[in-house]
Amino acid sequence: MSTPFYVSPQQAMADRAEYARKGIARGRSLVVLQYADGIVFVGENPSRALHKFSEIYDRIGFAAAGKYNEYENLRIGGVRYADLRGYTYDRDDVTARGLANVYAQTLGTIFSSAGEKPYEVELVVAEVGTTAAGDQIYRLPHDGSIVDEHGSVAVGGNAEQISTFLDQRHQDGMTLSEALKLAVQALSSQANGADKAIPAERLEVAVLDRTRSQQRKFKRIRGRQLSRLLEADVTAAVQADAVSNDEAPEDDAE
Amino acid sequence: MEPNTRSTGRLPAAFLTPGSSSFMDFLGAHSPEMLPGNRKLPEGVVEAPHGTTIVAATFPGGVVLAGDRRATMGNMIAQRDIEKVFPADEYSAVGIAGTAGLAVEMVKLFQLELEHFEKVEGTTLSLEGKANRLSTMIRSNLGMAMQGLAVVPLFAGYDEAKEKGRIFSYDVTGGRSEEHGYAATGSGSIFARGSMKKLFRPDLTEEQATTLVVQALYDAADDDSATGGPDLYRHIYPIVTVITDEGFRRLTDEESQELARTVTNRRLEQPDGPRAALL
Repeated sequence: MSTPFYVSPQQAMADRAEYARKGIARGRSLVVLQYADGIVFVGENPSRALHKFSEIYDRIGFAAAGKYNEYENLRIGGVRYADLRGYTYDRDDVTARGLANVYAQTLGTIFSSAGEKPYEVELVVAEVGTTAAGDQIYRLPHDGSIVDEHGSVAVGGNAEQISTFLDQRHQDGMTLSEALKLAVQALSSQANGADKAIPAERLEVAVLDRTRSQQRKFKRIRGRQLSRLLEADVTAAVQADAVSNDEAPEDDAE
Repeated sequence: MEPNTRSTGRLPAAFLTPGSSSFMDFLGAHSPEMLPGNRKLPEGVVEAPHGTTIVAATFPGGVVLAGDRRATMGNMIAQRDIEKVFPADEYSAVGIAGTAGLAVEMVKLFQLELEHFEKVEGTTLSLEGKANRLSTMIRSNLGMAMQGLAVVPLFAGYDEAKEKGRIFSYDVTGGRSEEHGYAATGSGSIFARGSMKKLFRPDLTEEQATTLVVQALYDAADDDSATGGPDLYRHIYPIVTVITDEGFRRLTDEESQELARTVTNRRLEQPDGPRAALL
């Protein structure tokens, strides 16, 4: 019988963290920003069907970078958690904080259990409040820690560089069009200073819009509305037009 | 009862196990006692408030679903302002007749079932799929129905594929049938159906269709003691909903008040309502 090699706990954890980080870094980054009427999710995603962002519950959205099958699994777990909780108690009793805690415990347990490989995912759970002050954004790295974020957050491979870029430029009360353009700019800027353009059809964009009349505030933005928002000049008239067109029925169909 | 979701612990394995997109299937596997159909039935017959009349009519481009506001228990009025018409999702609605408590619970579960599917799959069920899902839920209530706690809904929605409004009616065993033009369910449905039979035309406008269903509810209340007419003194008016390609819309209190007042005022002159041609 051979004796197993001794590996110190520090070394084991460092190895697992490096493994997870490398996996996440292979995927594309995404950003989540607060704007005047809510929270916008922006990412580069060549797929129309496999989403990085989705609705969890009325006011709660989910974004993930990393390995698709792993975050999809967590997303469905979160939808089941939220729906069951809302059915048992009340819709108001489903909160982003509760969901983030459950995700943190789940990721943390997987990360530190020797029998399982760590998940190569980084999540964002966001809840839109009735005012900007009530917005909550939580970032959940692969190891199960929780970071309470404000204003803007980036996750994925290039996250640090993008975060710095956003921290310098993001302001409270930006319009959707402004926030969207800033996000695209952040995602297209590269370390060597050369920008690569991301065409609109490769962008996945979704919002949690507190001004929506429906109980469910999550909405995908695509097609004509997306190009309109990306083109919109930052003049008051055009902004007003973009906002009033937000509720166009043809874009509402999910 | 405690589904163990309140703790801050890790998501239970059942939550992370790939499975069906149905919330009911998940509930059945994870906490079966929470499904209405899985409850142990007590002996004997229970008396509980009953909802009464629901009516629906199609018009080119959509469908109207409406209900009166009365719940009765035996010969007593249990509630004067009950709501019996609910949105099921963006493009469909369900109206309920029968045992109010169970029916409202069934609607809540049905709404969740449709929403859950939509979130998991990223797309909505077909209208036919939604109607079949409701069928399954009614069937699971058959045991209770045998004890007098029946739930008989009317389901209406806008079919995006066929680009028209459609109505589905049910019996207590979950039997489903599509109705063409107009339909009614509940104790006053016989009178409502007779009323609509004389007034319905396939080329109604949306406004005419909403007036039609209010006329039918008035006629049902006129002849069925369990159905409540517009209560002008207490400002309680029928709930009228319209579903078109723009989605579900419930008429505001002002709109349904206006509608109910117009119908009631005309009945001052003609108590039996509008007359159809003899030939």
